Amino acid sequence: MAALAQLTATGLVKDFGGLRAVDIDAFTLNTGEIRAVIGPNGAGKTTFVGLLCGRFPPTTGRIAFEGRDITTMPAHERVALGIAYTFQITSVFGNLSLYDNVALPAQRRVMLDGGGDLRARAMAALDRVGLADKAGEIASAQSYGHQRLLEVAMGLALGPKVLILDEPTQGLADSEIAEFVTLIRDVAREATILLIEHNMPVVMALAEQITVLDGGRVLAEGTPEAIRANAAVQAAYLGG
Amino acid sequence: MIRSILLHGIVIAALIALEPMLSEYHHGNLARIMVLAVYATGYNILFGYAGLLSLGHAMFFAAGMYGCAMMVRLAEWSVGLAFIMGVACALIAGIVVGFLALRTIGVGFMIVTLMFAEAAYLTILYYNEYTRGDEGFTIPQAARTLMGLDLSDTTTRYFAALALFAAALITCAAVVQSRAGRVLVAIRENEDRVRMLGYDPFRYKLLALVLSAGMAGAAGAAYAVLFGYAGASFAGVQYSILPLLWVLLGGPGTTLGPLLGTVLMFYLVDHASGTIMPGLAALVETRFGIEAPGLASAWLLLVGVALVLLVLFAPKGLLGTVRARVIPWLP
Amino acid sequence: MNLLDYLPFDLPHPALLAAGLLEGTVLAAVLALTALGLSIVFGIMRVVNVAHGEFYMLGAVLAWFVTHQVTATVGGPPWLGFAIALVVAPLIVAAIAGATDWLVLKRLNYDPEATIVATIGLLYILQQLALTFYGPDARPVEAPFDFRVQLPWFGYSGYKLSVVAAAIVLLLAVWLVLTRTKIGLVMRATQYDRETAQAFGIPVDKVYMIVFALGAGLAAIGAVLIVPIQQAHYLMGGDPLLLSFIVVILGGLGSLKGTVVAALFIGLSDGLISTLYEPTLAKILATLLVAMVLVFRPQGLFGARAA
Repeated sequence: MAALAQLTATGLVKDFGGLRAVDIDAFTLNTGEIRAVIGPNGAGKTTFVGLLCGRFPPTTGRIAFEGRDITTMPAHERVALGIAYTFQITSVFGNLSLYDNVALPAQRRVMLDGGGDLRARAMAALDRVGLADKAGEIASAQSYGHQRLLEVAMGLALGPKVLILDEPTQGLADSEIAEFVTLIRDVAREATILLIEHNMPVVMALAEQITVLDGGRVLAEGTPEAIRANAAVQAAYLGG
Repeated sequence: MIRSILLHGIVIAALIALEPMLSEYHHGNLARIMVLAVYATGYNILFGYAGLLSLGHAMFFAAGMYGCAMMVRLAEWSVGLAFIMGVACALIAGIVVGFLALRTIGVGFMIVTLMFAEAAYLTILYYNEYTRGDEGFTIPQAARTLMGLDLSDTTTRYFAALALFAAALITCAAVVQSRAGRVLVAIRENEDRVRMLGYDPFRYKLLALVLSAGMAGAAGAAYAVLFGYAGASFAGVQYSILPLLWVLLGGPGTTLGPLLGTVLMFYLVDHASGTIMPGLAALVETRFGIEAPGLASAWLLLVGVALVLLVLFAPKGLLGTVRARVIPWLP
Repeated sequence: MNLLDYLPFDLPHPALLAAGLLEGTVLAAVLALTALGLSIVFGIMRVVNVAHGEFYMLGAVLAWFVTHQVTATVGGPPWLGFAIALVVAPLIVAAIAGATDWLVLKRLNYDPEATIVATIGLLYILQQLALTFYGPDARPVEAPFDFRVQLPWFGYSGYKLSVVAAAIVLLLAVWLVLTRTKIGLVMRATQYDRETAQAFGIPVDKVYMIVFALGAGLAAIGAVLIVPIQQAHYLMGGDPLLLSFIVVILGGLGSLKGTVVAALFIGLSDGLISTLYEPTLAKILATLLVAMVLVFRPQGLFGARAA
């Protein structure tokens, strides 16, 4: 099956003062794939993904989504186009109920579609991650694992085309991680997944393609098997 | 939802029922309080719900006051039209200030609003020949009629103020419980997150600011017309700090907090100026032998102390604390 | 054909211009001290002290009390009273500020918005206490010495010139303390990275208290210097606060050099414009300028942009 480029970045550079955090010549995310972005700490993964979803502007470079140049498009418009992002540090609204949390993005989708059943959409998102029965409970009272799931549900409620997950399994128990992998495989049937992860088993289980970042640059790209065998990647992770 | 409607309805009904029981003195007081509570309610939308601390709201109050009063005095407009003009002036000011000030956050926003308000105050003083500066000007009783009713009559004035407050209260309640209101509160909690949920935070903050400015302007215009006076002091820093105090005291982020805060502070200051401060001054003089010539008029001292105590020990204010501890559904 | 005839406004007589510049320099000197206090507090503690003008006012009012006691009660000469006031008033103001920091600001954990509200409250408390015990009148303080310096067009007050000299000395002293002494190093370390400073055993709370006290003390010294020229009045803190804000924001919050340069600029232009033209208009333009700088260039004209 021919790969269809969905989200591309060319000549993407981000400088913070004197530090070059990201320097990527070319990156292509294809429609429907599950792509993992891995790399040692400080490799620029979150910054890279932040550039893609518009949290901050690039120093130079072009970003395109489904053929459309979105380099200067503000973040909230990219979300409206279909790029959803879940935060590395859990950013749910603690004082609100689980339902109210997913109702916010669901409401946005309803507004963008010009109609739709808010309640149904919100409950469907909660149901997808297995939290539907807790809809009325307060978010801050939930376990950490459940809050991470709520983050994912909030992303799902937007009905995105691309779902970007930033270290989603961090802090989860093993059983929760296994459930998470199943969930993502399910979601991948309707959305492209871009996943930043440190947990190698999860990466190997889920990813169809892996991009390895180091020092803000692409070190290697390929299938899980190819990456596993790549000497340069091993060196970067283990300090050679 | 039903409880919310009932609660607000009861408060408004109580204010209506209170009217015949009031003395002339308290009639005037409560009319004043209700108009100022409209100002506070507007301020609360920006501060309590959107989480933006403005230190320059007096400019919107004054925009309404002068926009209205000058039309009556210089162009001899009717009260109704002048009132609309006042609100319009405040709304325009809100839009202009919003587009500029909302590019800043936190402390920057506070200082920018403070600076704009200061510039507005100085401009009013500068154009002395039209505005009569600090001295201000009165609006003759003959001009203060609305639909044939004399607004300087204590009863009419009371109900006019009440009608305005009721409108403001209902608007506030409707906004905060609406979809846009929820987004606003979420922006206050975590703006970045809301942006990544597809909302443009700027648009919502601007709406909150313009609505807040409009309410402040309505209060200013009403004040001018109901009490027959416009003066530059209402554009001064003090009138930017007072709504902050009223909202902090009553409970930021609650619909009825502003009214409660305004009522309490008004009567506290009134009582203080009349009884407490002079008594304190006498006490200081007799007990400690220190002359305290200014203490009797230093009611602002109470404002200062109240602000410090509130921010230290009770930042949620009265109704905010009630909501946290006892009545979680309080709007 | 005189080119000067084509100017759209009246050029003032050179003497007036010089007088305006001199007045501006005196103003700038005191403003630099006052604004420096505000700038240090923000630079190191990240706190905006809205009551800063009231510390200034307290300095002047206390100076009056001290000189009044010395001259009227004890019968000492003006210079003695002034000398004592110059030391005592800033110390008392610094002590009050330190206490405020310890009791209030520390409890608020230096949260930016809460601190501003608290300092607004403090503003009213200090102002109204001054009104209570000092009263609503403006009272003069006698200058410690009285001689005139003869300049080409006019005689100028020697005391005013000495104010400028004193301000320069004090600014240099502060600069030396901040850059050359251990306590200055400690302050700058705390500014740079609060957590690391704490990890190294620096008592950040106490440092903050000293910094806050220092900031207030600088404002008070400025006020004591200026009080023989202006009078002491319980509302005199408003203008210095506004001007200090303007200076600090234009110069970049936390930048010492920027503060001094901006103070010169503001002081001179304010002195010039007030002498020659309408002061209210100048203030309007100045406040709008501050607002626009904050909106479009929040790092000020000299400060470094936060990453």
